[in-house]
Amino acid sequence: MKIETVNFGTIEIEEDKVIYFKEGIPGFEDEKEFVIILNEDLDNPFHFLQSKNTGELSFVIVNPFEIFKDYDIEIPETTVKKLKIEKKEDLVIYSIVVVPEDISKMTVNLLGPIVINSREKLGKQVIIEDSRYTTKELIFKEASEKGGK
Amino acid sequence: MLILSRKKAESIIIDGNIEVKIIDIQDGKVRLGIEAPEDIEILRNELYIEVEKENKAAVGRKLDLNNMKELLKK
Repeated sequence: MKIETVNFGTIEIEEDKVIYFKEGIPGFEDEKEFVIILNEDLDNPFHFLQSKNTGELSFVIVNPFEIFKDYDIEIPETTVKKLKIEKKEDLVIYSIVVVPEDISKMTVNLLGPIVINSREKLGKQVIIEDSRYTTKELIFKEASEKGGK
Repeated sequence: MLILSRKKAESIIIDGNIEVKIIDIQDGKVRLGIEAPEDIEILRNELYIEVEKENKAAVGRKLDLNNMKELLKK
């Protein structure tokens, strides 16, 4: 199956890679089908959540646990049920990245993780209440606090 | 929008199995108690709006992921 994308041109996607977002995501409630496009560069933590049906719609995502070592969230019971989560191993979690003009000020939404059940191919952006985190966590600040590698 | 008046300790029932109860009213703030089945999500409205705003801000620009990676690795 081919998708026309803005970032990658025409790409070939296997049907079994499509993840179904029954509720869409906030702001894009009609977008129910996405694929994860992993960065070809294994060292690059930035990947894409690409809409299957809207080529221009593509979010940059990261695995939040790779950037924020202490990130710790509880998946609400409503989500466990909706995504039919049975085992922790089926869970894949990404966070959406917002990149402004000054890319050093890019932020990650830690209150809206994209939670995916990779076995059932079901996904949802889960909004969590947690006063430790914000919807606009600076990545760069965290990286520099790590001591700079 | 359905508008009702409730006093402290009174409640409303939605769809037969969601109960919203006024627990306390003080300083212009209402403390609500909500009883609902496990598959019903309950959120502060402004949080949903904020996530929606961030999602919309996340799209539209052509990005250079290599530059972004370099910044992180510094």
